[in-house]
Amino acid sequence: MKDMDKSFRKDTETEFPLREEMRPRTVTAPDGQVIEIDPLRDYFCEEAPKVHRKSYSAIVEGFYNWARANSLWILGFGTGCGAIEMRPLMTPRFDAYRYGIQWRPTPRQANLLIISGYLSVKTLKRAIRAYEQMQQPKFVVGLGSCTINGGMYWDSYNTIKRLDDYLPVDLYIAGCMPRPEALLAGLMELKKIIRRGEAEGANKYAENFDWYKANQKSVIKDWDMPDYSW
Amino acid sequence: MDMRELIERLTSRHKLGAPIFQRPDLTFVDLTDNDRLRALLVELRDIEGFTHLVLLTAVDWIEEGKFQLTYMLNNRAANQTLGLRVYLERKDPVEFTSIHDIWPTAETYQRELREMFGINFPGSPRVMDEFILEGWTDMPPYRRDFDTLAYSQQTYRDRPGRATNDPRDHMKSKMYPEG
Repeated sequence: MKDMDKSFRKDTETEFPLREEMRPRTVTAPDGQVIEIDPLRDYFCEEAPKVHRKSYSAIVEGFYNWARANSLWILGFGTGCGAIEMRPLMTPRFDAYRYGIQWRPTPRQANLLIISGYLSVKTLKRAIRAYEQMQQPKFVVGLGSCTINGGMYWDSYNTIKRLDDYLPVDLYIAGCMPRPEALLAGLMELKKIIRRGEAEGANKYAENFDWYKANQKSVIKDWDMPDYSW
Repeated sequence: MDMRELIERLTSRHKLGAPIFQRPDLTFVDLTDNDRLRALLVELRDIEGFTHLVLLTAVDWIEEGKFQLTYMLNNRAANQTLGLRVYLERKDPVEFTSIHDIWPTAETYQRELREMFGINFPGSPRVMDEFILEGWTDMPPYRRDFDTLAYSQQTYRDRPGRATNDPRDHMKSKMYPEG
């Protein structure tokens, strides 16, 4: 906390009003029927995520982990400059597909979320939605120093510093930016972690759900989505 | 097009400051009478051929208590760019004339200025909508009294162990240990 301006205090009083289309309201249908609409509750389920318990037998769990480690599907969601490093990784120059690592366009079809660089608060909101839409078992990899301690955006008003305050991170790949070789090494390391059964990020998220939500809501002021909705 | 000649011609009808001839194709000039801005812009666009608004941006002169707005206009045929500068009093609420009807692109710039500097342009379309920031409740972040480091320290948690090497200290200790 050096060279901090003591006189500047951020505004913690003002609440950001809920967007008009998100507010509960009453609508009268053409046939005269009166309908209550609450956009944040009507279309989503509020069930909190559950801890995914380990299998009854160590052998079976080991088999599951072997299968999970060899089935990494990355969500093609680029948040910062690291998205550029993933392009050579998915093309013939580095060819991650030979390790069984591939990219998918939607969260429903992916199980690995790579936060590729700095994450602004605006993007964090989308990243949380994407992460929560993914199906278990799911893993998060933080790429670059921005996700570790803020990197070169350490004094930015609009980028987060520590990704693991908001999403459960299984592995960090350090660098600014890490080259595709580092990414490959990191993904191989992630495979080993999954194989050992230590990639328990999603369970950690479910166990500490309230803590993660409090952290997320402390930076995303226009929280206009349900707590867990997907 | 001779810019000196143009500025001379304009000075006869508008209150302009001393021009700065930065490059053969780039000139800056202050407009001292803010109410005449629209008249001058329309004249430049329709008569003098400055048909393109390159950008509209602001500078926060906090020591002088002023905001500077720069309207960069371009005359493609003559390959000349004119930066027209206007000064506003830096006291809330800061408001200024919208020029979205002269150049529709100004609407976007004005939205940005409203959000980042807190300079409002009443009547400009969607000027109160969010532009880049989402859910921002603090002071406009491009104002110089907004301390971005203090804000980030009060908002985001630090990870311990981060070391910063100031290049000046580092060079002093490594390359010139004698002093």
